[in-house]
Amino acid sequence: MQRRIVSLWFPRLAAERSLRANPVDAPFALTLFDRNSERIYDLCPRAEQPGLQRGMTLVHARSFCLDLLTRPANPDADQRFLRLLARWATRYCPWVGLDGRDGLFLDITGSSHLLGGEEPLLDDIRARLTRAGLSACLGLAGTPGAAWALSHFAEGIAKPEETLSRIAPLPLAALRLPQETCTSLERLGIATISELYNLPRATIARRYDRDVLQLLDQALGAIGEQISPLKDEQNFAVRITLPDPIGLLDDVMAGTRRLLAHLCKQLDKAQKGARSLRLTFRRVDQENQSVELKLARPMRDAERMLALFERGVSTVDAGYGIDMIRLEAIEIEPLGMRQLDRTEGKEKDSAADLITQLGNRVGLENILRFAPVDSHIPERSFKLVPAAYSSPVHSWPHKRPRPLRLFPPEPITGDGPQPPTRFRWRGRSLTTVAAEGPERITPAWWEDNDSWVHGLRDYWRVGTRQGQRLWLFHTPQTPGWFVQGEFG
Amino acid sequence: MSLPFSTIYPPKHARAHEVCGEGGLVFAAICAGQAKGPVVWVSESWQPPINPEGLLPYCDPGKLLVTRADSQLNVLASVETALRSGAASTVVAEISGNIGLTEGRRLQLAAEAGRTTALLVIPEGAGSNAAETRWRCNGVGSDHHPRQKHSAQNCHDSTHWRWSLIKNKTGTLSDWVVRWDAAAHRIIVVSEAGR
Repeated sequence: MQRRIVSLWFPRLAAERSLRANPVDAPFALTLFDRNSERIYDLCPRAEQPGLQRGMTLVHARSFCLDLLTRPANPDADQRFLRLLARWATRYCPWVGLDGRDGLFLDITGSSHLLGGEEPLLDDIRARLTRAGLSACLGLAGTPGAAWALSHFAEGIAKPEETLSRIAPLPLAALRLPQETCTSLERLGIATISELYNLPRATIARRYDRDVLQLLDQALGAIGEQISPLKDEQNFAVRITLPDPIGLLDDVMAGTRRLLAHLCKQLDKAQKGARSLRLTFRRVDQENQSVELKLARPMRDAERMLALFERGVSTVDAGYGIDMIRLEAIEIEPLGMRQLDRTEGKEKDSAADLITQLGNRVGLENILRFAPVDSHIPERSFKLVPAAYSSPVHSWPHKRPRPLRLFPPEPITGDGPQPPTRFRWRGRSLTTVAAEGPERITPAWWEDNDSWVHGLRDYWRVGTRQGQRLWLFHTPQTPGWFVQGEFG
Repeated sequence: MSLPFSTIYPPKHARAHEVCGEGGLVFAAICAGQAKGPVVWVSESWQPPINPEGLLPYCDPGKLLVTRADSQLNVLASVETALRSGAASTVVAEISGNIGLTEGRRLQLAAEAGRTTALLVIPEGAGSNAAETRWRCNGVGSDHHPRQKHSAQNCHDSTHWRWSLIKNKTGTLSDWVVRWDAAAHRIIVVSEAGR
């Protein structure tokens, strides 16, 4: 069967997406910070009239058009939107691929008759997109290359036998050639595809790399070109609708248990684990209540997850009753089968569950572990890392004794390089009875650190008659004494 | 009647204990170091975290699961959660305010339910009546030592603490002067009370 491809080009995808969400009645443009200034990323036709174009700096554009309204662009959201459009386009054919950042390819081979032929199909696409507030250029041909050329330069349909005649008068850029190659060919007097087609192939191949001929052949169908359809993203969500509303905690937990069992089966099949879940309850008065669960480790063990949900579910106000429960895995991570050995197992699981439980109360980012950092600066020789995303470090470098509690340096009176015999600290007068030191620590000059402006530090461990053992330091470069830690 | 140190230390398993005084953190660190399995260390987020390098002589910092809560209420709730789950062997909490009898009793019940020991580091005079024992730990002023500077002797090892048992649900009170033996990794009683 003859292949038939639709190329769908959205010339103003970003601007129109923004306008769809929030329409304005003025010249409108999106800006993006690029090459050291705010530049126009995309704009509406009304803004184009005074002479604005993409890539222009915003300041420059404002001088042309005083009432220009701008919003910041969000290219990632545009890409997500394009993926949504690709999913929408599967209503016409099952085989839809992305084309760059602003277009789609639809392989409508064998499916155009469902809408009464090619012409009505294109009309239908255009009508629906226009209703959605999107402008689109459409091209239909036997190859993706030719369809792309038509959609970008001469909208329309090319019948299988007239591919060459339709694209022949188009400029070289219609072949998706890079700008430099086009310019270089134009300097040789070759401006259209027909002129390129009529040249002897060997001379082109000798002067330009293979891309030129390959793109030409792809457009004319001599070489095949693949369209990669998007992978279906599996949505891990299950729900249960109840004939009668429920409200007792046990009933709700029983419902949750059923959902979890289903969800875990799905996850198991896909070799995935859930990292965060949302349980939504719809009440009979149409009110929604949801409970979120963030897990310390990706998991697909229904019984354990059920136990972790218990606290959240008990806070839900059932009102007049709940008639629908929906469970959705929001964050998914790969979780393969794992070989258990004799030593681990339950213990590790219970520690992860504890992190989850604590995390649900104070936030998962507040459950931390210590990790050593390679630095000789005492306050920088360790860091706190989230326990849910790290494993414990048991090998710590052994250094000289360090205080149990470190605090920002507190000045005390004292002079000379020897520790003061008497000093006042935190409202108490202390007498030094034993001192050990000095241990000299030099600042890390390659780092910017305000607390080390005093330069070198000579650290002393000082025992006092009153029982405190403190970590004092002297700064010989700008004389002064400070307390920085307490040994306890 | 004197109370033997070994009957009261280490603190009774699956109960909640309190410790106050300047050396309270060291007491907690030593107990945490001798516990088998992970240790949950809960503190309020405005406090600077304990220094893991200072912990090294007493306890492996890798065992610690540091929890930072924004209020004392959440500290207590986290302690209760951790105690009940039974996944940790010891739960240490740095507490800045008073603990009421209700909270203390709840922690005691949670410790029993989860078979986990709780150690609450409290300020002087705070604490609840529900605690199994309460200790006051202070450094012993090295009064009797001749003043030594630049001494090669490691003053870290020779540090003496006075650990006083100031509340005991199951026996009499007493106090001891102890020191930490880094090589043997254990606490050594230097002198019994009153000697």
